[in-house]
Amino acid sequence: MAELFTLPVLFGIIYSGIRLATPYLYASIGESFSQASGVLNLGVDGIMLMGAYTGFYVGMTSGSLWLGLLAAAITGLLMGLLMAVISVTLKAEQGISGIGLQLFGLGLSTLLFKLTMGGAISISGFPPVRIPLLGNIPYIGEAFFNHNLLVYFAYLLVPIANFVLNKTTLGLKIRAAGQNPQAADTLGVNITLIRYLTVSMGGLMAGIAGASLSIALINLFQENITSGMGFIAVALVYFGGWKPTGVLLGSLLFSFVNAFQLWIQVKGINIPSDFAVMMPYVLTIFALAFAVKRVSAPAALTKIFERGEN
Amino acid sequence: MKKGSMLVSLLVIVFTLLLSACGSTPEQPVEIEVTRIVAGTPEVIMITPTPEVVEAKPFRVAIVMPSSITDAAFSQSMYEGLLAVQEEMGGPEKMEIAYSEGMFNVPDAASAVRDYASQGFDLVIAHGSQYGSSLQQIAPEFPETSFAWGTSLDTFQADGITNVFAYQAEAQEGGYALGVLAAFMSKSGIMGVCGPVEAGDAKLYVDGFVTGATVQNPNATVQKTYTGSFSDVALMASAAETHIQAGADMLTGSSQSVVGAIGIAKDNGAYWFGTQWDQTALAPETVVASQVYDWTGVIKDMIASRQAGVLGNKSYTLTFKNGGLVIQYNPGIDVPADAKAAVDAAIAGIMDGTIDPLKGPVQ
Repeated sequence: MAELFTLPVLFGIIYSGIRLATPYLYASIGESFSQASGVLNLGVDGIMLMGAYTGFYVGMTSGSLWLGLLAAAITGLLMGLLMAVISVTLKAEQGISGIGLQLFGLGLSTLLFKLTMGGAISISGFPPVRIPLLGNIPYIGEAFFNHNLLVYFAYLLVPIANFVLNKTTLGLKIRAAGQNPQAADTLGVNITLIRYLTVSMGGLMAGIAGASLSIALINLFQENITSGMGFIAVALVYFGGWKPTGVLLGSLLFSFVNAFQLWIQVKGINIPSDFAVMMPYVLTIFALAFAVKRVSAPAALTKIFERGEN
Repeated sequence: MKKGSMLVSLLVIVFTLLLSACGSTPEQPVEIEVTRIVAGTPEVIMITPTPEVVEAKPFRVAIVMPSSITDAAFSQSMYEGLLAVQEEMGGPEKMEIAYSEGMFNVPDAASAVRDYASQGFDLVIAHGSQYGSSLQQIAPEFPETSFAWGTSLDTFQADGITNVFAYQAEAQEGGYALGVLAAFMSKSGIMGVCGPVEAGDAKLYVDGFVTGATVQNPNATVQKTYTGSFSDVALMASAAETHIQAGADMLTGSSQSVVGAIGIAKDNGAYWFGTQWDQTALAPETVVASQVYDWTGVIKDMIASRQAGVLGNKSYTLTFKNGGLVIQYNPGIDVPADAKAAVDAAIAGIMDGTIDPLKGPVQ
C-alpha cells in the first residue's frame, strides 16, 4: 500500500484524473443548462457518439482537427435541436425520447463507422501543450499544465458557465424556465425559445465531449466508444446540484477514483480487479443518494410546458 | 401529459430502434458471399440468398460474434479462419458463410443463432464464451444442426447434448513467448498488461505473459490491470496510459478493446505485443509481434466430422504444437536475433513439455 503514496503516483493520479474528467465536463455542463431550463436530455450518450464519429471522420479526411471539432459541434447542435423539437414542440415524454435519441446516436454512429471506415483507424489528435513556466515545475507542471487544448477548454468552461447561469439575464431566464415556467411566461419570458436554446447548446457540448474522446484523448473511433459515459454525465448533473462548480467537483471525483483504481491495479495492490473497477460507480451512487437530498432539482424538470395550464 | 405526446414518444422510440437495429444489432442475420480475396483483403458483396442458383448444395456455416470482423482480435481471427477454409474448399459454391457481428448483447446473439439454425445452416458458431448458456438451450431444439462455441471445452455432454462442438485457445502459451520477448526488449524492465475481463483466454494470456516475462528477467516488474469489459475502449486506453506513467515501455493486452491502448503505446513510443490476431496493421511502428489464433484446423475438423455423421460432442484446443497458435513478427521492427532465439526456445520448451507457460520451466 505504501507504494501508492509516493509523489509520482499521486501526481500520476492527478494527471489521469484531469484528463478522464474532460468528456464528462463538456457533456455535463451542457446538460446542466438543459436541465436548469427544465428539460432532461437522456440522449447525451447518443449525441456524444455522433460527435465522436463526425469529429474523427471529418478530422481524418480533411486533415484538420479543428474542422473535425467544428463538425462534431454542429452535429451535436443538430441532435440537440432534434431533442428540442421532440420534447419542447411535440411535447413528448422527455425520459423516453432521450433514450430514443441515445439509441439513434448509437445505431447511426455504428452504421456510419462500418460504412466509412470498417475497422479502427487511429490518427494523431490534439497534441499536449505545455504551458510556459508553470509547465516546468516538477510534478505539478506535468500533472496540471501539460494537457491538450480540449482539456484546458473544458476547465475554462466551468467559470464561464457559472457566470452565464448565475450572473446574466439569460441565466435568470433559464432558471426561471426550469423553476416556474408559468410565472416566467406571464412575465414575458419565451419558454419555448429558452428551452430550444439550452437543449441545442447542451447537444453542442455533448458533441464536443464526444470529439474530445475521438480526436484528443483516445484518437480513434470505435463503435460505442463512450460505453455509457453520457449516462454518467447526466448523473453528474444531479450530483453537482445543477451548478457548474458542483458538476466540476463530481466529474473530478469520479475521474480521480477511476484513475486511483487503475493505479491500485498497476501497483499490484491485492484487491480483486472487479472490485477496483466498480469503485467509481459505487461512489457515484453513494454520492447521488446524499447529494440529491442536499439540493432541490429545478421544480419543472421533466415537466412539459403548456401555456395557460394551472 | 397532453394527448398524443405519448404517441410521439413511442414513434420516436420505434423509429430509433429501427435505426439502431440497422447499425449494431441486425435482427436479420446478414447473408454474405465472398467473391474474391485480393492481397489478403476480403472483398465482399451483400446478396440475398437465392436458392435456385444452388446446384450442388454447399456446406453452410453461420457465425455470430461479439465484435466486428475487422476487430484485429477475437472475431476477426475466426472470420479469417472461415475465409481460408472456404477458399481451400473451392469458394462460395462449396461453402457458404453468413455472419452477424457486433453482438455484445447476448439475447440478440441468441436470437441470431436460433434464426440461423432454423434457416437450415449446417454449422452455427456462437463465437463467445458469453453465449454458452444460450446455446445450451437452443442446441437441443435443432438436433439436425451442428453448433460450436468458445472459448470453452464444454460440449454440454453432461446434459445429453450431442450436437455441440467447443473450442479453446491455450493463450497462455503465446503469452509466455511474448512475455519472454518483451522482457528481452524492455529497457526499463517494466511491462504493462492491459486485461479486459479476468476470465477465459484473456486471463490465460495475461498470466502466461507475466510468467514468461518474469522467468526471462527475474527483476522485471509486470504490472497488470483489468477493465472489467471486453468493449470499453476508453478505460482500456486510460489503463495503458497509467502503465506508461508508471514506467512501462512494453505493453500488451487482450480483447477487441485494446485498439485505444495500442494508440497510447504509439503516442508514447512504447512497444506493443498483440494477441488473438496480427495487430501490426493497427500501428506498424509499435506492434512488435502478435500471437495469432489459427482456427482453420478446428473448422476443417468440425466440417469433416459433420460430413462423417458426427454432429458435435468434440472439443478442440489451439496450441503451438498443433499449429493453432502462431507467433507473427512485424517485419517492420528489428527484433534482435538472440531475442528471437529466446522466443524459439520458449516455444520449443512449451511444445516438449519442459516449460509450463503458467508456472515456468518444469524442474
